[in-house]
Amino acid sequence: MKKRSKIWIGVLLGLAVVAVTGWYLHGHLISVLQPAGKVGAKERNLMAFCAALSVTVVVPVFALLWHIAWKYREDNAAHAKYTPDVDGNRLAETVWWLIPTVLIGIVSVITWRSSYAMDPFKPLTSTKPTLHIQVVAMDWKWLFIYPDQHIATVNEVAIPVDTPVDFEITSDAVMTSFWAPQLGGQMYAMPGMSTHLNLMASKSNNYGGVAANISGKGFADMKFTVRAMPQVGYNAWLRLVHNLYPAQLSTTTYAQLAKPSENVPVTYYSKVQPDLYDTIVMKYMMPIGDGTNTQTQEVNL
Amino acid sequence: MFASLLGKLSWSQLPQDAITRGGAGSIVAGVFAIVVLITLLGRWKWLWKEWLTTQDPKKIGVMYIIVAVVMLLRGAGDALLMRTQQATAAGASGGILDSYHFQQIVSAHGTIMIFFVAMGLMFGLINLVLPLQIGARDVAFPFLNATSFWLFFAGMALVNLSLVIGDFSAAGWLSYPPLSELKYSPTVGVDYWIWALQIAGVGSMLSGINFLVTIIKMRAPGMTFMKMPMFAWSVMASMTLVAFAFPILTVTLALLALDRTLGMHFFTAGSGGNAMMYVNLIWAWGHPEVYILVLPAFGIYSEIVATFARKKLFGYTSMVWAIWAIVVLSFTVWLHHFFTMGAGADVNAFFGIMTGVIAIPTGVKIFNWLFTMYRGRISFKSPMLWFMGFVVVFTIGGVMGVLMSVPAIDYQVHNSLFLVAHFHMMIVGGVVFGYFAGLTYWFPKIFGFRLHEGLGKLAFWFWIGGFLLAFMPLYILGLMGATRRLDHYDASLGWQPLFIVAGIGALCVGVGIGFQLLQLIVSIWQRDQRRDLTGDPWGGRTLEWSVPSPAPVYNFTTTPVITDRDQFWVDKQSGKKPVKQYEDVLLPKNSGASVFIAGFAFMFGFGMVWHIYWLSVLALLALVTTIIVRASNDEPEYILTAKEVEKMDHALSRRKEQYV
Repeated sequence: MKKRSKIWIGVLLGLAVVAVTGWYLHGHLISVLQPAGKVGAKERNLMAFCAALSVTVVVPVFALLWHIAWKYREDNAAHAKYTPDVDGNRLAETVWWLIPTVLIGIVSVITWRSSYAMDPFKPLTSTKPTLHIQVVAMDWKWLFIYPDQHIATVNEVAIPVDTPVDFEITSDAVMTSFWAPQLGGQMYAMPGMSTHLNLMASKSNNYGGVAANISGKGFADMKFTVRAMPQVGYNAWLRLVHNLYPAQLSTTTYAQLAKPSENVPVTYYSKVQPDLYDTIVMKYMMPIGDGTNTQTQEVNL
Repeated sequence: MFASLLGKLSWSQLPQDAITRGGAGSIVAGVFAIVVLITLLGRWKWLWKEWLTTQDPKKIGVMYIIVAVVMLLRGAGDALLMRTQQATAAGASGGILDSYHFQQIVSAHGTIMIFFVAMGLMFGLINLVLPLQIGARDVAFPFLNATSFWLFFAGMALVNLSLVIGDFSAAGWLSYPPLSELKYSPTVGVDYWIWALQIAGVGSMLSGINFLVTIIKMRAPGMTFMKMPMFAWSVMASMTLVAFAFPILTVTLALLALDRTLGMHFFTAGSGGNAMMYVNLIWAWGHPEVYILVLPAFGIYSEIVATFARKKLFGYTSMVWAIWAIVVLSFTVWLHHFFTMGAGADVNAFFGIMTGVIAIPTGVKIFNWLFTMYRGRISFKSPMLWFMGFVVVFTIGGVMGVLMSVPAIDYQVHNSLFLVAHFHMMIVGGVVFGYFAGLTYWFPKIFGFRLHEGLGKLAFWFWIGGFLLAFMPLYILGLMGATRRLDHYDASLGWQPLFIVAGIGALCVGVGIGFQLLQLIVSIWQRDQRRDLTGDPWGGRTLEWSVPSPAPVYNFTTTPVITDRDQFWVDKQSGKKPVKQYEDVLLPKNSGASVFIAGFAFMFGFGMVWHIYWLSVLALLALVTTIIVRASNDEPEYILTAKEVEKMDHALSRRKEQYV
């Protein structure tokens, strides 16, 4: 019974791994599975459903693999049939073309519907008006412009809870990705392009956000905090920025900010040059010779 | 004046920090040691005549595999460095590498593992096995085949040279612009990446065409398509993909090179450039590439399962249809690599659904393998263990893939370590395990002796255990919000224990690789006890097992005539012995031209990387001249007369008796 004891060791080992993993995960934040917003919650639920659906395939496949491997192993020859020339069975094959087809059919319907329903560009429905925030990915920090509140912040963005937020995202450097996992999925930030990500926080708290796509030297520290707070707190925060931080974001101060820098502390600007975001996007739409691409033109042949 | 002749090259480009110096030093020392060893043994002439200039696909296959194994060690070394960095770089501790160095290693690991390990093992095995399996004596274009290998070698040399002089791309293994443009990557790193892949890629494309023609035109009489072994089918499908997908890579890299060297604006930020175009193009090649690698591995599993279950392959026709469905579908899914680019619901939904659809034929193949084992007599030799490991890992990875095929789910896991875990399960579990299985399986056919089975099994258990330990935690880390390519992270996130576990897993895989090397050494040491005298060590089913091991240069004394799918198995069952009728055999002469072409391609690439344009122009002229001279050679083949074949065949039989 050597083989049997080996199996028991395997089972115990598996249980031990599950136990240790569970013990570790308890008390650690699993951002994607512990969302704090409507979008993140929907995405988590969708993931859970599809995962459950997958288990209905994986478990039978593993059981079948295990059973067949065990039963038809060489040294069990006395107790197992051997049909060396059977090379197909139309019915069986039809069945296993059908099983994955049905399953993928279900997933396809989910894909189709969720792609529309959960399109990040689509405004979220709510009784409250949508808050517009413009996001600029820079080397290596995040700039948030509040076009209607006329303020701007770096590496921190405050939002009221239960209020839909439309992040309009671009980049003034390389391509990267805007991701605040507890609020919901990510969206690429690209120079000369403007993308949208609609999110909504349901609980007051601070949530981490990152640049999810490699963007060069300071990539790992290119992070921001989302401060979700009650409407009252948010209003107070706005007043605070307006009153306490005299710094203004003009063309000159922006040029200074745009220079590559790492670990930039949270910064507040009580005034922003109007249309700054559009200027940043349109800068990349200009023809050669406007000075934005001097470096690529100085090619040493 | 003189300095400008050297372009951007200068002494300051030699490595400055200890770790890079160690890497560079080991490369230089390794090459030096090999040169000294060959000189001391006086084997240069032998090496040139027997190996470097050979056009025998079996020897070319061996050279591919040697290069791939050496590169596996380099890529695994990179992996261990990354794991060490991430296991140690929590909070204030910056780990052992700075971010730029770390990002170079990430990029080099991906580039080397895909282009020089996976592709190398694939072309190596195809060269070794395919002509034998279809009853051919050679490939359709032997000279082209040797040239492909040497171009692959030149690309590999260029990638590794970047460690010694200059630096490597730090923009990820697919070097997305604008990061990979001159403005953001001003050093030669991305240029090394471009020209290494460009040169190796041309070699791959030529190989693709070569093997495709070989399969279509050179099958043994009677071997209709539906009597071809499944490995041959999978190679045919994979090579079709190569022929269609690699031109896209060539053009994409060329456009990026134009941006970087001539100041053009295909993909730059601004001035009319569009980086999204690059991302589309690179994945229009990149996704089929995944199937280019995995289809031959599927073919190998099909051979191995049938052989070790001692049963016919179940659902042959289904398998063929599944393979070709994958070929077509693989060109319709590329956008799932960037659902998060904001393409809109229509586009995302379409590509999401197509991605799900491609899982159907893959699932069918798994069922067919399982039912090949059903009512078989399964012998769990090490190739079969790799297959079992594959089913487990690939199924887990595949299910995670189906999750990610739903765009709304993908938004939350894209660019995270969840994705990293998924594609490693597909490419290591699917591709690498398959090639390891194939190497063990066909090793005796090529070298004439079997690998040590015990050490092979030990290697497998370390690999599978270490692999799961290294990648399962990454799924969790991804869900915790850990993005890929992070050189450090906040200690407060509590990620470090998982990174340490992953590091231990990588170390176990390293031990597995160590056992594989040990297995090779021990097997060579004991080769006389391990001789395969029958030519059929596993109870094989296909033609390659009908010839002696190692397979002679002419492959078959008599061209086999095919009446059944598992021809050799059927012949064994019926006790039919093939009548030996010796005939004149036409074989390609050795040629050094392939080596020179690749040498000039290397110089061309080196000149382009460092902007030494006179060198590139001269090298290109020399390359074209070599091709013209070679093309003017009217007698590239020689005849091995029937008498000589008979003599060699008898010598093989005598050797057999001598051991018995």
